Amino acid sequence: MRRSTGLVLVTALGLSATACGSGESPQPAASGGAADVTITVACQPARTAPQDRKAWDEDVAAFMKAHPGVTVKSTDQQPCFDPKTFGPKLAGGQMETVFVVPMTNYDDVIAQGQALDITRYTSSVKNWNDLRPDHRELLTKDGKVYGVPNVHYSVGLVYNRALFAKAGLDPNTPPRTWAEVREAAKKIAGLGAGHIGYGEYSGGNTGGWHFTQALYGRGGDILTADGKKAAFNSPEGKAVLQTLHDMRWVDNSMGGKLLVGWESLMMAMGSGKVGMMLGAPDVVTDVVTKFKGNVDDYGITGFPEAKASLSGGEAYMINPKATPEQAKAGMEWIDFRFNTVGKGRFDFARGKAIGNPVGVPDNAVYGDSPTGKALQEERVKNASLPVENYQTYVDAAATIPPKAEPPHAQELYAILDVPMSGVLSRKDASVDELLANAETKANAMLAAKG
Amino acid sequence: MRILRRNLTAYGFLCAALFCFTVFAWYPMVREFVLSFQRTDLINPPEWVGLDNFKAAVADPAFGEAWLNTVEFTVLALLCGYAAPFAVALVLNELRHARAYLRFVVYLPVMLPPIVAVLLFRWFYDPGPGLFNQILDFLHLPTLAWLDSSSTALVSLVIVSTWMNMGSATLIYLAALQNIPPELYEAAELDGAGILKRIRHVTIPQTRLILLLMLMLQIVATMQVFIEPYMLTGGGPENATVSVAYLMYQFAFSQMNYGQAGALGMMLMLALLVFAAVQLRTTREDQA
Repeated sequence: MRRSTGLVLVTALGLSATACGSGESPQPAASGGAADVTITVACQPARTAPQDRKAWDEDVAAFMKAHPGVTVKSTDQQPCFDPKTFGPKLAGGQMETVFVVPMTNYDDVIAQGQALDITRYTSSVKNWNDLRPDHRELLTKDGKVYGVPNVHYSVGLVYNRALFAKAGLDPNTPPRTWAEVREAAKKIAGLGAGHIGYGEYSGGNTGGWHFTQALYGRGGDILTADGKKAAFNSPEGKAVLQTLHDMRWVDNSMGGKLLVGWESLMMAMGSGKVGMMLGAPDVVTDVVTKFKGNVDDYGITGFPEAKASLSGGEAYMINPKATPEQAKAGMEWIDFRFNTVGKGRFDFARGKAIGNPVGVPDNAVYGDSPTGKALQEERVKNASLPVENYQTYVDAAATIPPKAEPPHAQELYAILDVPMSGVLSRKDASVDELLANAETKANAMLAAKG
Repeated sequence: MRILRRNLTAYGFLCAALFCFTVFAWYPMVREFVLSFQRTDLINPPEWVGLDNFKAAVADPAFGEAWLNTVEFTVLALLCGYAAPFAVALVLNELRHARAYLRFVVYLPVMLPPIVAVLLFRWFYDPGPGLFNQILDFLHLPTLAWLDSSSTALVSLVIVSTWMNMGSATLIYLAALQNIPPELYEAAELDGAGILKRIRHVTIPQTRLILLLMLMLQIVATMQVFIEPYMLTGGGPENATVSVAYLMYQFAFSQMNYGQAGALGMMLMLALLVFAAVQLRTTREDQA
């Protein structure tokens, strides 16, 4: 009884919050001058990361000094974007003036009117035109701009260099084909109990998400061009599942345990016993900072045989309830903290000084524009970890075209969890049957959505 | 007026309780009912959509599986979780020594936050170094995939749930057992009744009401199973552990479709109301 009561309460409290007040309001205007304004900003680092938090607070103080009349209040909810509280917070007037949204949710947030049209404020971001056009495009609907791209990554093959060496593989020549991945995984699994050659997700929508990554890499599609039918029951889709099935049951190189969600695979990577996984460079950052992995052990290389790579990332958006003054101040904060070379999050020298892993190429939001090049120079100049471990990824990523997530991504990922968990949990699983069933379900879902 | 003044403190407490119920229980339920007929982004004015949310919830690919799993979970949880605490309570009631200690041991799991208990079982079920497979291995029995196979995952969740809830159920049964007048047992013994006959002719009839109440409470609780699939299996493998409450969570917080989640919640509530009505009717007949 208590379990569901909690669930209902969380939902209900959030929903009932619609009746409550709205967010921060501008303060009364000082006589003769511009109105004082207060904004709330998301993503202050947690107290458990005191150095990062201190750096953030210094940035807030510096910003307020440079923008008299603007008061910035930070919130430290972690993770910054929480789908459980996003809608209720926004409805209840508790959402920050400046908040972050992952790429998977762009369409929903924009379509539901939960982000402000910031077209007239984009000039506040000085390097706006250097931001990757394809990412700006994702945040533009009917000619109106709804967000500032903040992070971009494409998929690669994250691998444990130390395990490669231990298994007699050369860490400097990581696999470039799926056949090579399979061979390397077998050797790593051969190191003994507890070693997993290749790790993969199987539930909580992450299985479907990674199926999509692997499918895109092989040149397949999730949906037909008109978006009305499923297209994953294809030779590419079958190849993805058959490879995983054979690695799990023929090679025995994927361990005997299902890795259900993000955290379980990250924990396994952090334990130093997983050889490889599909992932972006931020996997390395998370494994090192959150799961105690040894930074020197990890590297990332190009997505094997990839014809396209699922784009991932996030953007900052402005609360639709913000006043024009708040929106302007919010955009200036985004520019100051997230988009200025040598400042805020791009102050790599400070990052190195406080012990952050600097050097992972985990954000290509500026691509190879002048700003992007300047950032890359700064990052390499202040690197605190071996950047050469990531060079093959950087080289490969530049040649692989990015590809956006399909519409109704979360619904499709939930459906695709089933074939992923099927091949990883049943030796007698039929790839054809699993994909056909998933296709039927996806088509029914798409038809219902119209 | 004097009576009112004399009971003022009691009314004060009653008002506080009523206030809490209204704000935190009844109002959200009414809101959810309304929401299930609306499409909302929680920002713009909601749009009335009639039964569309209900139709969409029924059309979801996991809808049928979620209900089947939930019913299966409930039946299995009843088989394990209904009989076992009663049996333990019977044993505890008969014990002469170490009764307090054993009561504490049985109640201990209830004191653990559910999240801790679930994480503990995640380790128990680990196919490699996990406790359960180590024990099976020690006994030279074949090890199991526990959470990692669609044939064992649901049963594994039932075991967790039974373990977590056993303590409270046992204590309730124990309290009921201790209310049975000892003369009834003495009379039965004089008539030559053995332990099984005493249970059949004295214990069960005397605890009938509490047994019915617990049956209803357990059905209501287990049909809302959420934490176990959310924390341990993510609804997998192959949707084998997707429950109605978990699907509701997916609708609301993965798909941000609050109306559809509300509609599914209403369906679950209706199903539970049927059990509640049956229980009320049975209890009334029993008391009549």
